[in-house]
Amino acid sequence: MKRKLWIVAALFLVVPGLLFTVSCAKKKVASEPGMMQEESEAAKSAAEKAREEELARQRALEEQRLKEAEEAKRKMIAEERARFENEDIYFEFDSATLLPMAQEILKRKAEYLKANPNLTVVIEGHCDERGTHEYNLALGDRRAKSAMQFLKDLGIPASRMVAISYGEERPVDPGHNEEAWAKNRRAHFVIQ
Amino acid sequence: MRRLNPSRGMARLLFFMGVAVMVFRGVAGAVEYIDINNPFIRKIPIAVPFFQAKTGTEVQAEIAEKGAVRLAETLEFTGFFKILDRAGFLEDPQRMGIETPQIRFDSWTTVGAELLVTGGFEVLDGALAIELRLYDTFKGRLLVGKRYQGARTDLKKIIRRFCDDIIYTLTGQHGIFTSRIAFVSNGTGNKEIYTCDFDGSDPKQLTRTKAITISPAWSLDGDWIAYTSYLKGKPDLFIKNLKDGRSHQVTHEGLNITPAWRPFRQELAATLSFTGDQEIYLLTETGKTVKRLTHNQGIDVSPSWSPDGKKFAFVSKRAGTPQIYIQDVESNVVQRVTYYGRHNTQPAWSPAGDRIAYTSLEGGETNIFIVGIDGKEPVQLTRNAGDNESPAWSPDGNLIAFCSYREGPARIYVMTAFGTDQRRLLTLSGEQTDPAWSPRSQRD
Repeated sequence: MKRKLWIVAALFLVVPGLLFTVSCAKKKVASEPGMMQEESEAAKSAAEKAREEELARQRALEEQRLKEAEEAKRKMIAEERARFENEDIYFEFDSATLLPMAQEILKRKAEYLKANPNLTVVIEGHCDERGTHEYNLALGDRRAKSAMQFLKDLGIPASRMVAISYGEERPVDPGHNEEAWAKNRRAHFVIQ
Repeated sequence: MRRLNPSRGMARLLFFMGVAVMVFRGVAGAVEYIDINNPFIRKIPIAVPFFQAKTGTEVQAEIAEKGAVRLAETLEFTGFFKILDRAGFLEDPQRMGIETPQIRFDSWTTVGAELLVTGGFEVLDGALAIELRLYDTFKGRLLVGKRYQGARTDLKKIIRRFCDDIIYTLTGQHGIFTSRIAFVSNGTGNKEIYTCDFDGSDPKQLTRTKAITISPAWSLDGDWIAYTSYLKGKPDLFIKNLKDGRSHQVTHEGLNITPAWRPFRQELAATLSFTGDQEIYLLTETGKTVKRLTHNQGIDVSPSWSPDGKKFAFVSKRAGTPQIYIQDVESNVVQRVTYYGRHNTQPAWSPAGDRIAYTSLEGGETNIFIVGIDGKEPVQLTRNAGDNESPAWSPDGNLIAFCSYREGPARIYVMTAFGTDQRRLLTLSGEQTDPAWSPRSQRD
């Protein structure tokens, strides 16, 4: 009798516990598959998103790269153009003869003009302040024209070039010494 | 010695100035007052006392002083005269005699005057009546005298006109007092052409190109100016009539520079380089090519005509360095003029036709020289005074305007054809270069 009571008591204790356990378990069991489903969907979309993000990032990177490449190209073109325009050729006093250095520079300029067949160029002839200005207008004309003839001989059509003499009117260095004069005896190239 | 035909002179004055003039009898005689071989070795001492007002008011005192001072300055500009200091005069200008019987000539010879100018005037209702006389003090003789009537504002014109009579009486040639000087100034930030009176007064801006504008050149009648301008981005020639505004352009490819009007013909010589070579061409006043004048590979530039228009001087590099040459337009015969120096440019043929002024760069210094057209005896006119360039003869051939850096910035100066009396012509803001002396005005 006492043992039965214990069993009953135990049942009383265990069954609700079981029940509880079961219910808990049941609950747990019931809830888990749902969560799993949600989580996998979330993970899936997250992965998708990440992929997309990654793609976007890569696209952006690619774009950036392209942009940079374009920028670099543009910069290079601008630099080439700037070099073309900034690199003057220099002459000796009262001379329009092309020095070896000037010929090298002119060869590079010819390459550039060949690579850019749509460009036309103004060749400016300049002089230092020595000598009188009318004569220097003529000398500047000869300097511009000897550069033009050299480029013509390298295959640049004359129709793409214009020679303009500025004589001694536009010195780059306003000084009155040989250093300044050497800089001012030049042909300068401007892309139109 | 010749004298002005009085009736012709009067008619001209009446017509062009609106100033009436009467000529007094004067006996010039055959005395050489000014040695034309070198008129500047000994300057003639001349007294120009203040003019005498017939009725004394303050306004008239101003005319008396300013008129006399202006007349003295105008004469002094020629380089022929030494103006005597009025402080040393023995005579009271308002009381002394101004006509022959009353003048005490020994008062003037005592102070060293060889010539005397007297002036007497009256102002009535704003109209000015003025009598001006030139005397030889040693001979006690009237050389030239005139009475002018005009507005008070005509005083400057009247004085210049009488100064011209003085010069004509003493040298047999007209003076330069109706001439003007064109030049280049960069005061606006761009080189533009300006003009001023022969003495630097009354400067006016002629071009407003806002571009490099240089090398003005007058036609023989003074009606046209040609110049080079970068108005269209390159050196082109512009030919402008100052009276009626007509204008023409020469815009060949390359250079269109250094215009020079041919005397007695409405033609110009100029340097063009459309063939690739810098050559001198003959152009009409409308800019059309008449013919090519030089035929030489290399620089040919800066033509300057002989007074008869048959030859021109120019710069050529045909012998390796820039030198002055002369070419006959008909025969094309060329003769070299300069042999000294390695850089001779800017020839300017003298109005008398016998000499050429030019600019020489030698030993780092730029100076003005003069040489006979036969190339003999080059004479240096400027020295030890910075760089000097761009010589331009006055129409009477006695003075040379030029550009000098002696005071730092470029300015226009004037000297006699013998290099004496070098002085600045005018001061404007910026720098002034390229003087070009006009002919005498035909109508003023």
